[in-house]
Amino acid sequence: MDTDVSDAARPVLEGPDIARVLTRMAHEIVERAKGADGVVLLGIPTRGVFLADRLAAKLAGITGRRIPVGSLDITMYRDDLRLRPARALARTDIPADGIDGRLVVLVDDVLFSGRTIRAALDALNDIGRPRAVQLAVLVDRGHRELPIRADYVGKNLPTSLRETVRVQLEEEDGRDAVLLGERRETGAPAAEDRRPEPARTGER
Amino acid sequence: MKRHLISAADLTRDDAVLILDTAEEMARVADRPIKKLPALRGRTVVNLFFEDSTRTRISFEAAEKRLSADVINFAAKGSSVSKGESLKDTAQTLEAMGVDAVVIRHGASGAPYRLATSGWIDAAVVNAGDGTHQHPTQSLLDAFTLRRRLVGRDAGLGRDLAGRRVTIVGDILHSRVARSNVDLLHTLGAEVTLVAPPTLLPVGVGNWPCEVSYDLDAALPKSDAVMMLRVQRERMNAAFFPTEREYARRYGLDGDRMAKMPEHAIVMHPGPMVRGMEITAEVADSARCTAVEQVAGGVHTRMAVLYLLLGGNEPAVSHARTEETK
Repeated sequence: MDTDVSDAARPVLEGPDIARVLTRMAHEIVERAKGADGVVLLGIPTRGVFLADRLAAKLAGITGRRIPVGSLDITMYRDDLRLRPARALARTDIPADGIDGRLVVLVDDVLFSGRTIRAALDALNDIGRPRAVQLAVLVDRGHRELPIRADYVGKNLPTSLRETVRVQLEEEDGRDAVLLGERRETGAPAAEDRRPEPARTGER
Repeated sequence: MKRHLISAADLTRDDAVLILDTAEEMARVADRPIKKLPALRGRTVVNLFFEDSTRTRISFEAAEKRLSADVINFAAKGSSVSKGESLKDTAQTLEAMGVDAVVIRHGASGAPYRLATSGWIDAAVVNAGDGTHQHPTQSLLDAFTLRRRLVGRDAGLGRDLAGRRVTIVGDILHSRVARSNVDLLHTLGAEVTLVAPPTLLPVGVGNWPCEVSYDLDAALPKSDAVMMLRVQRERMNAAFFPTEREYARRYGLDGDRMAKMPEHAIVMHPGPMVRGMEITAEVADSARCTAVEQVAGGVHTRMAVLYLLLGGNEPAVSHARTEETK
């Protein structure tokens, strides 16, 4: 069901662009966190986890230290939990030292309505009390529905609501790309809603 | 069919694997300082227990509370049931109070099915053991423990129990645990052997998807797991074996018998254990006995079942086959 999107979709970022963008974001994190001391990266499944891993590798390259990285599943904290069939859970993996007093950087692929991030903040609340929480996203496509913003943005991508933004990553999709496409109208949304993990596929 | 879990036989392989995978994620919550998830906030679950139970009721209650559901406990003793109220009236009372799910244990086989299909009640029904029929969450937690021990905690994700050999020993006749386990383990690809004295095997056991043997010593060396069942004296109204001592000698698991099992094989028991009868203290206290692990896994598995049945606007577990079963 994704194929017709990909066919019509136009790549906005390709593999080398994504690598450069992540390198810049890693440097921004080091700059703002003054050496990335106490930084914990938490990726939001599915693709946020891969991005967090890549950022952690780049941060380790810059600072020479290992940066704790984990994943944070937000499924049960979603505000639309009751609107769709029960979903399979993804992995929550908090680094051994926890997040208390740390600077948690949430990592996701696309920032859209902001509802995912709100859910992530709720989820964090049950896990510990970070010193601060920041947000890193590969693409900010606008259309926020909540007062949430990103601290580190790979690319600002002004979109219309008729468009779709899809992030593909080597680890999951076999290639790196950010694709901008048109939303199909007839019947498609219903089919999308019934996918096992509707909003976690990178298509927002 | 709507959101019920009545029999382990209703679950497809994919359903069962989804429940086990979800249970693994639920297990990780147990390691956190705040062991609570918001998935069932605002939903009311009634634990309707017409039969005595300690571990199943507490396990369900812990699972419901960890998912933030509102829990009402109902024990038949001291309730209007002891004054003669029927299941129908009890159900309609609960319906009028607006419950979202009923976890029911009943001495009569088929009571949960009746409750789910009668139209008396709109809530989801989860069978917590009915008579000598089914105890689906017990079989799920047994499969959870089996997969963890035999396949691995992380390695097991997404996998079933294909090719694993499980021997179930004891009072098969009265055991809903055995029935549920035969159904579920068969669905998950395991090979099940039942071992019991002929008097404790039900009529028609030849049609079950499993092997049947009277010889425990022959079955032990080719088992990856041995599940010992309690002899259910409370359901016995006839002499099924000459003496308890003879039963313990022929079908009980002691240290010498355990030594005949393969190195990696585990001993399981759904509890409550009767030490000296089906299992000796030496075996029950050994590292190979997973009875306590099973209890821990029970909370995680029941959280997974409740989340998948109640967490969304429709259950994630399919019920294609419920209509055909009885």
